[in-house]
Amino acid sequence: MLFYIFRRILQVIPVIIGVTIILFIILYIIPEDPARLILQKGATEQALANLRAKMGIDKPVYVQYWRYITQLARGDLGDSYRYRRSVNSILADHYPNSVKLALSAIGIEIVIGILAGIISAVKKYSFWDMLVTISTTLAVCVPVFWFGMIMQVIFGLKLGILPMSGMGDGSIQYYILPSITLASVSTAYVARMMRSSMLEVISNDYITTAYAKGLSPSRVIGKHALKNAMIPVVTLIGLDLGALMGGAILTETIFSWPGVGRVIYLAILQRDAPVVIGGTLILVLIFVFMNLVVDILYAWLDPRIRYQKKEINV
Amino acid sequence: MIKTKVIQDSYNNKVLEVKDLKTYFYTDAGVVKAVDGVSFDLKKGETLGIVGETGSGKSVTALSILRLIPEPPGKIISGSILFNGNDMLKLDRKELQNYRGNRISMIFQDPMTSLNPVYTIGNQIMESVIIHRKLKKEAALKEAVRLLETVGISEAIKRLSSYPHEFSGGMRQRVMIAMAIANSPDILIADEPTTALDVTIQAQILELVNEIKHKTNSSIILITHDLGVVAKYADRVMVMYAGKPVEFSTVDNIFYKAMHPYTLGLMNSITRLDKKKMGKLNPIKGSPPSLIDLPEGCIFRNRCRFSSDICKKSFPPLREIESGHFVACHRAEEILKKDQRAI
Amino acid sequence: MYPEVKDEKNRNGVISDDFGAAQKKYSKSSLYKDAWKRLKKNKLAMLGLGIVIVLILIAIFAPLISTHDPISRIKEDSSLPPNKAHFFGTDLLGRDIFSRVIYGSRISIQVGIIAVGISIVIGLFFGALAGYFGSLPDTIIMRIADIFFAFPYILGAIAIMTVLGQGIVNIFIAIGVLGWASFARIFRGSILSIKNKEYIEAARAMGASHRRIITRHIFPNAIAPIIVFGTMNVGTAIIVEAALSFLGIGVQPPTPAWGKMLSESLSYIDIAPWMMLFPGFAIVITVLGFVLLGDGLRDAFDPKMKNR
Repeated sequence: MLFYIFRRILQVIPVIIGVTIILFIILYIIPEDPARLILQKGATEQALANLRAKMGIDKPVYVQYWRYITQLARGDLGDSYRYRRSVNSILADHYPNSVKLALSAIGIEIVIGILAGIISAVKKYSFWDMLVTISTTLAVCVPVFWFGMIMQVIFGLKLGILPMSGMGDGSIQYYILPSITLASVSTAYVARMMRSSMLEVISNDYITTAYAKGLSPSRVIGKHALKNAMIPVVTLIGLDLGALMGGAILTETIFSWPGVGRVIYLAILQRDAPVVIGGTLILVLIFVFMNLVVDILYAWLDPRIRYQKKEINV
Repeated sequence: MIKTKVIQDSYNNKVLEVKDLKTYFYTDAGVVKAVDGVSFDLKKGETLGIVGETGSGKSVTALSILRLIPEPPGKIISGSILFNGNDMLKLDRKELQNYRGNRISMIFQDPMTSLNPVYTIGNQIMESVIIHRKLKKEAALKEAVRLLETVGISEAIKRLSSYPHEFSGGMRQRVMIAMAIANSPDILIADEPTTALDVTIQAQILELVNEIKHKTNSSIILITHDLGVVAKYADRVMVMYAGKPVEFSTVDNIFYKAMHPYTLGLMNSITRLDKKKMGKLNPIKGSPPSLIDLPEGCIFRNRCRFSSDICKKSFPPLREIESGHFVACHRAEEILKKDQRAI
Repeated sequence: MYPEVKDEKNRNGVISDDFGAAQKKYSKSSLYKDAWKRLKKNKLAMLGLGIVIVLILIAIFAPLISTHDPISRIKEDSSLPPNKAHFFGTDLLGRDIFSRVIYGSRISIQVGIIAVGISIVIGLFFGALAGYFGSLPDTIIMRIADIFFAFPYILGAIAIMTVLGQGIVNIFIAIGVLGWASFARIFRGSILSIKNKEYIEAARAMGASHRRIITRHIFPNAIAPIIVFGTMNVGTAIIVEAALSFLGIGVQPPTPAWGKMLSESLSYIDIAPWMMLFPGFAIVITVLGFVLLGDGLRDAFDPKMKNR
């Protein structure tokens, strides 16, 4: 198992290098002079040239990339062009907010998505199944930002029971609308996946065996079917955290949430390359890390995979 | 070699009595009458063989006894299944769960798919014991070890923490048997328990089932399409065709005094070493009818060499032609006479 | 991570593979015919197809359908609620929302279809290389695909749009380039599963070339899942375009785009809620059309998957 995890971590490194290369190329093409961004208007040519030399941006792109990657290896994401702060500190300020939002969204996704999927599968073709099927189909078609706006109008404006934007004092009512908005599409996918997975599992012979043993339906579904049915759903949820962090850009914009998605978005508009690369890199790291967690969970859920890994290990 | 097993046949000895059982499946193509009027009884300590080709309704009969028919599309339409006098069809869910895996248990056809792949063998065996006998975990663990030893799995303690995929097919079927006998059931239903296994393993599994029967004095319903298996292990046999029982009697009667043309056809289509005069193998012509629209009159009529006008009119009821020998054929008596002359 | 595939060396020969091709043609036409038959029976899929066709017609005939010029501003008509002259009301600048929604379909449909088309072309090319040749090309291509998977989609689109600047062609490129990896993975998968089937072996044994095997034999069979996923992906592309326009880096103003209209309405949701209602519905219905059609196609191509 340890060997397997180690191998997976090694596999992650090329992905991260690839992501930095892509980001670097994209931002290098931007016809903007970082020295001008930093010094702003009124700087002398001499001052600009000095700064360029100091930052190394007069060097060819591969030299700059090497410089960046060695700096990265030390855990230093560089300094913002726009703000006189290190990227590390800017991200450190905003990441917790995004992670909290993403985690509450994941919570909604797991609880509502899985429950809806199970009910839908167990009570196939019932009213509840229809309701779940229709609402999940619709949810996939609704743009997140529009859904968020409608929530704001209904709960913030008309009913006035929930705050429309911001994080306020960080209490729970500020989380409700953004996290539901962020979770909406993913919850629909989880419910659909859970339903189809559950339907497939309950047609298996071992489910008949479980009933023949004299187990109650709730135990058959809750123990024998659920663990099997969860296997594909866990993958989906794990992969989704990455998508959620990306989706946070829109949600955070609508709800003025002080998170990293908004920071990256603003940085892109302001051509603040170090913030964009640094922020995205952390997003990708989280995504890759979640993939790893999923794989480990997978091995726990499905002993057949554990077995294969043992073989690889030998 | 004529078997001379003594059959305990006092009337009070009936553990199970199935009367006029009908199980239908409602599909897009129409109503499939998978089981259509099956009646039989099972005595204490007896092995009842149910034979028939694929789709004859033998497995559905077995599943109906434990009410394991997936509903929808299936439904038990009518009939009664008396287990020690209680009608299984009238039980509520809780009571039914008490019978399943406790008083009546079942072994399935394919051991490769009948065990849950994500739980250990030990977990799955202990579950049976814990549910019905309310044992504590340690006691259940001991019991599981004992059960695995009973079914002939060595190093039982070590094996408890194995997963099904680490076992061979034969081993898995042994585990299934261990689960089935965990609560010393009165009836053990074995639904083609060896079809999916290698020939050498088949014999071992059947011997094991037989051994257990003798040890525990439980009754066995052995469902198979293998007449050799029936000859060796069954006391009485029910022959099924297209969802209906066509002949029901002792194993000797079925093999030596068969009266139904279908049973005769089955006997002629296998190699017999016990008959002096063995003609050519004679397969039954044609194929079984669709269960969605059965022909009028006798269901076997179209493939039957004895069929006459009366067979077109009505399906013959199961009649007791001689003591303990039931046949569903209008011309059973004539066939009996002819056949005896032939031998 | 990916199963190793033994690479069969190219055996160039001279014998043509007419027999295999004839067989292939037969199975191809029946696959698509059967799928169409099943699709026609599926009411939801037909609804989806209906929506898609109507939308394409609306996009083509937008000038005939719309009641006003979507760009011209009428100051005195600013922020009118829906009425007889303006079915969906007007926006802050006095532009007719109905006409803007009608014209907006042009952007969404174009982006959806062209961007997904670009993704498919790139995806098929690399997927075919990876799946057919296996070994090193496979490893390299699938690793690159991994990088694209790890990249938050919308973030990538935003980054590319910032570099390229606003404009519809750039949207095609941004969304199209980012979407290739899924198609490559799917196509590679189908190729791997088809590659070792008997009729491919037969063609190879008869000496068919790589290109011929890919285009004549593998392609027709592997394309079905691409059609299904492509159709569903049109919906996603439309939503991403709306998001880009919503964030102000999509089409150039004053071109009417649904996402743009939503972002313009954001500040006025309390005083003029109709401004956000109609463009939103337009997006939902459009995406729904493609999703239903995609679901239906999936069931039609693979009836076993139904209700799964």
